[in-house]
Amino acid sequence: MFSAGYRSIARRCHASSTLLQSQAKRTMATTEMTVRDAINSAIDEEMERDEKVFILGEEVAQYQGAYKVTKGLFQKYGSKRVIDTPITEMGFTGMAIGAAYKDLRPIVEFMTWNFSMQAIDQIVNSAAKQYYMSAGDIACPIVFRGPNGNAAGTSAQHSQCFAAWYSSVPGLKVVAPYNSEDARGLTKAAIRDNNPVVILEHELMYGVSFPVSDEVLKSDFVIPIGKAKIEREGTDVTIVTFSKMVGLALEAAEVLSASGTSCEVINLRSIRPIDRDTIINSVKKTGRIVSIETGWPQCGIGSEIAAIMMESDAFNWLDAPMERITGADVPMPYATDLENAALPQVEDVVATVNRLTKRQLVA
Amino acid sequence: MFATKAASLLLRRSAASASSSMAAVRGAGSVGSGIAANNLRFLSSSSTNSTATFDLTGSFETYNLETSPNNTIDMTKEELLSHFELMYTMRRMEITCDNEYKARAIRGFCHLYDGQEAVATGINAAFEPEDSWITSYRCHCTALARGGSVASVLGELFGNVDGQTKGKGGSMHFYNKAHNFYGGQGIVGAQVPVGLGLAFANHYNATPGKPMQVAIACYGDGAANQGQIWESANMASLWNLPMIFCIENNHYGMGTSMDRHSSHSDYYKMGNHIPGLRIDGMNVLAVKEGMRFVKEFVGGGNGPMYVEMMTYRYHGHSMSDPGTTYRNREEIALTRSTRDPLEFVKRTLIDAGFADAEQIKEIEKNIRKDVAAQVMKAKASPKPSIEPHLFEYVFTSNGGKEQNEFPPHIRMPDFQKSKYY
Repeated sequence: MFSAGYRSIARRCHASSTLLQSQAKRTMATTEMTVRDAINSAIDEEMERDEKVFILGEEVAQYQGAYKVTKGLFQKYGSKRVIDTPITEMGFTGMAIGAAYKDLRPIVEFMTWNFSMQAIDQIVNSAAKQYYMSAGDIACPIVFRGPNGNAAGTSAQHSQCFAAWYSSVPGLKVVAPYNSEDARGLTKAAIRDNNPVVILEHELMYGVSFPVSDEVLKSDFVIPIGKAKIEREGTDVTIVTFSKMVGLALEAAEVLSASGTSCEVINLRSIRPIDRDTIINSVKKTGRIVSIETGWPQCGIGSEIAAIMMESDAFNWLDAPMERITGADVPMPYATDLENAALPQVEDVVATVNRLTKRQLVA
Repeated sequence: MFATKAASLLLRRSAASASSSMAAVRGAGSVGSGIAANNLRFLSSSSTNSTATFDLTGSFETYNLETSPNNTIDMTKEELLSHFELMYTMRRMEITCDNEYKARAIRGFCHLYDGQEAVATGINAAFEPEDSWITSYRCHCTALARGGSVASVLGELFGNVDGQTKGKGGSMHFYNKAHNFYGGQGIVGAQVPVGLGLAFANHYNATPGKPMQVAIACYGDGAANQGQIWESANMASLWNLPMIFCIENNHYGMGTSMDRHSSHSDYYKMGNHIPGLRIDGMNVLAVKEGMRFVKEFVGGGNGPMYVEMMTYRYHGHSMSDPGTTYRNREEIALTRSTRDPLEFVKRTLIDAGFADAEQIKEIEKNIRKDVAAQVMKAKASPKPSIEPHLFEYVFTSNGGKEQNEFPPHIRMPDFQKSKYY
């Protein structure tokens, strides 16, 4: 349809215009904050702001959270609003959904998202579809949150990414924070949202500190759901990813930069709605795209992004087929070497990007 | 072994039914495994003849309870007439659904409630509008009791835009938040934890020292052994939530009879330490008095209660089920002739001198006329247009009624027709 030459020129023009726009405003970071504290402070502030907000889950109250994300909340808000539940996901998830039907605003903590499988019927059938099937009569303002994806050495039943599962469901919003700014802004946005929102946190990120600006620390700081963030600007290849893998992408981008390849790293922040425009515009600039996720390849987030490439005009700007970097297509193994081999590594990103950028257009 | 067990259960039920017809004449007699229905005994009426007292002896069996419902109930003429009118409307509506389904005007699923009318009517009579109610997919009549109309129900079944959920839900999905009715839920048993959430919200919002509004989750004997229900019962009891677990025992989980799907048959005892009450679910007066008692107990902060309504569905599980492969026609006929909840109300009206046979016939005629008119009205409603109805209410903006928020992108089967907002 388009000649290769045309595509190349158009891409370069597009690139120059977006480069001008992309003088990202950066506020000076003044504080370091862990992702754990970012989520904790966000929940705390939203509970203070609205008495209808309460949190329930296994070990969230007296034990202060299996990962200490709810630390101090029980002491501050008491047993009415910080509720230890039995280890019965289907029951307490359904209960929280019913409370949301009646205008309370529950936060359901899953000790990990793996256990949400016991409750997925409630999340999909009772929460996500309720407003639609009641023709706008009964809304379900609820947050489901907890650590998602791979942990360290927890093997098959406790190391799995559910981004693809939940993001396939209309009626749900799905967000996945990477750093402390994301965690604060997205958690607060999710609690204020009037729809069911799934927050896919990452266990291995809870203890990681990031600089946060004064803006981020403000009590009214929210990140709009549905908007991605360009974490690093680049011109040669677009890397689209989310959650912990944003860090991996940034690391790889640094390595690749040394050898002269300029990577643009997109932190999706929201998986549903997915920010199509940011991805498509980036590809129009770079002409190449790679996705990274820890989840399985089949029907994964990368698959969805590939479909966006095929179905949108982004296809006309591609100089190479899209590539996906995913978790290996096996259940997660336990031993360190096996686990590492099953998960994306920096070297996988570097190899993939190099392979992709070596494909030169024939003029 | 199974066949023998089934046969003996059936015999027991039939025996109970047979004795109940006698009870209607002689007065009440208590029974063991199943409550004898229609044990009507009119006791007295006031001098003005506007209030009557009815005997409910034998209508209840209690479990872990120190108190129990009263063995009599006072009814005014207006109350009893209104119960009859609602129940007869339900009956006519469901029979109309049956006909319209067979005429192919209704598609998909359709589960009918005829035979069980006294349950929804009695609960509704005992409840306040602020009490919350959630039920299974067999929900047409609950929708009617909770703010719906024959036109809104049939309109929905016809898939028309004036249907209660604008043609989005169909038979299994009726809701009315303004009337504290939360469905209409299609997944067997899933409404029970959600119903517990309604009780949780009532508890959360309660004023200390005052009775709480209650929540009821209705489900069938087929759902009663689900794990999520036990999970809910545990939390309800643990946190003293004002929750009523209401098993409408119509003796069949779809096409599997109780003795083939359940290792026990006393559903009101299923809550373990949670108190239980078995109610004659074919007797609207017993349901009303029983639920008055339950509401008072549960709303008073005494924790949840299990309630088992002994009832019967005349139709098969759904429209694809003739309802005769797993039970025999004699059983259905015997129930109709000896335990029918509508015939029972009619007799109470006559016995109390509130209405004579002629007046009842006149009321029935008027209701039939009204139902027919409402069905015509429902039929006249247009089909929902693709724009905006296919796309509306995936999300909400502010959580209020009909406050739509479009997602940024809705992909259509043909990508070219996808929507961007």
